[in-house]
Amino acid sequence: MISNEKSANSASLVDINNLTFKRGERVIYNNISLSIPKGKITAIMGPSGIGKTTLLRLIGGQIRPESGQILFAGNDIPQLSRKELYKVRKRMSMLFQSGALFTELSVYDNIAFPIREHTKLPEAIIEKIVLMKLEAVGLRGARDLQPNELSGGMARRVALARAIALDPELILYDEPFAGQDPISMGVIVRLIRSLSDALGLTSVVVSHDVPEVMSIADYIYIIAEQKIIGQGTPEQIQQDKSPLVKQFVQGEADGPVPFHFAAPHYQNELIKNSPVLGSALNSMSSSALSNRGQI
Amino acid sequence: MQQLQLLGKNTLALISGLGRAVIVLLSAILHRPDFRKGTPLLMQQLYNVGFLSLVIIVVSGGFIGMVLALQGYTILVGYGAEASLGPMVALALLRELGPVVSALLFAGRAGSALTAEIGLMKATEQLSSLEMMAVDPLRRVIAPRFWAGFISLPLLAAIFSMVGILGAHLVGVDWLGVDSGTFWSVMQSQVDFNKDILNGIIKSVVFAFVVTWIAVYKGYDCEPTSEGISRATTSTVVQSSLLILALDFILTALMFAV
Repeated sequence: MISNEKSANSASLVDINNLTFKRGERVIYNNISLSIPKGKITAIMGPSGIGKTTLLRLIGGQIRPESGQILFAGNDIPQLSRKELYKVRKRMSMLFQSGALFTELSVYDNIAFPIREHTKLPEAIIEKIVLMKLEAVGLRGARDLQPNELSGGMARRVALARAIALDPELILYDEPFAGQDPISMGVIVRLIRSLSDALGLTSVVVSHDVPEVMSIADYIYIIAEQKIIGQGTPEQIQQDKSPLVKQFVQGEADGPVPFHFAAPHYQNELIKNSPVLGSALNSMSSSALSNRGQI
Repeated sequence: MQQLQLLGKNTLALISGLGRAVIVLLSAILHRPDFRKGTPLLMQQLYNVGFLSLVIIVVSGGFIGMVLALQGYTILVGYGAEASLGPMVALALLRELGPVVSALLFAGRAGSALTAEIGLMKATEQLSSLEMMAVDPLRRVIAPRFWAGFISLPLLAAIFSMVGILGAHLVGVDWLGVDSGTFWSVMQSQVDFNKDILNGIIKSVVFAFVVTWIAVYKGYDCEPTSEGISRATTSTVVQSSLLILALDFILTALMFAV
């Protein structure tokens, strides 16, 4: 396990060291470290609301951490100047949950957008590139549609084509499987895998869809309670003994992450400010009450 | 004590909001202009912000001119002074109603649309995705919209005043029978270029700056949810309208009181 990590470190594209991030008073990450190996698909999993997307934004330099290093190919993202950061961002791209296509541009122009912004290629070559990217996601026939004419799954595929328009080294996928029907889910799983294999892309997938992630990820980090609670290959994660990891992977309702949100004592709250009910409840056996409470 | 705390909190929020607004504006417009990329973007926004506001400006200007002529005539004719109808209408429009009413209409028509559009781009992560593509949304999205509003409103105010005077002519001359030659010649002799027309233009330039600034800032700074967008849109219209009226008083005092 430890030797595994060492070898991953030497060939990693992104290294996060001792990262702490707070939103207001709330600690999102407490001193976490992880590394994203080059050319592999790394998944970041965890319950919703623990800031998985925040991690992608930290890697993209959209927000700054409290402390810690985020190294992308040797550049410490939080320390970069604006100009250097924009330069580094040309080497990465992000697939947003909503697709984030530009609503006023057609599918074709959406994909051509980053190419037109950052290169001075003639229009004839841009057209070839756009068609190749669209072919890769199977939507060459949709080039003249407007984003509002696309289904959710198609929009995400167009967004993926736009994300690979400039052949980045790193793609950050924000919840790529959320809200997709089984067919488009399958399409996206296949696309992520094949893009990674064919282009040698490094991919970071943030998701909580366990079976899909298990099927494509090379390495998985599970984050909960501000830190990494489990990591390893999908097989290692399946066999993980930690109760928290087990609860998450098997989707159990109750466990270390409790079913009940933190609350004052149930019985006390029921009888509070209500002496009649209080005496009535007191005359009942406490076991009967707690049985009712479960229903 | 609690009220004191609230006062302090609100003041801090106000000041930090002002600071953010200044930062947004400065980082949007203070950079070397790129005419090759910027011109088509500006043209597009001039169409959206300026041209599409034209209908409401022309229609309102026409009606306001007509009402002014009607009201003015009934008063002036009592003193036998209906010959002064032309300058009365022209001065009212050029000094006050043109800049102020067109700015209020512009805030409602174009300002709210700008805020909602930018807010929606933020909520649907389009601004973030621009940033991740190494394109600065402040320059790409905010700057062309700001300049378009800043250029459009003074022109719209001028059109408003012009249509208003034509509307007044329609009512005063063609309907109520004031002599057309008198209408125009007295107007020409009474309206001063520097004092009336230029001051009106200065007013509408100030309003254009304020309204468009508020609109783009509110959109950029809004909370990226549906409620956030609707709140931002409302506060764009409310704050720009109040600021227009307050600034109008200050500007009028500076220009005409001394």
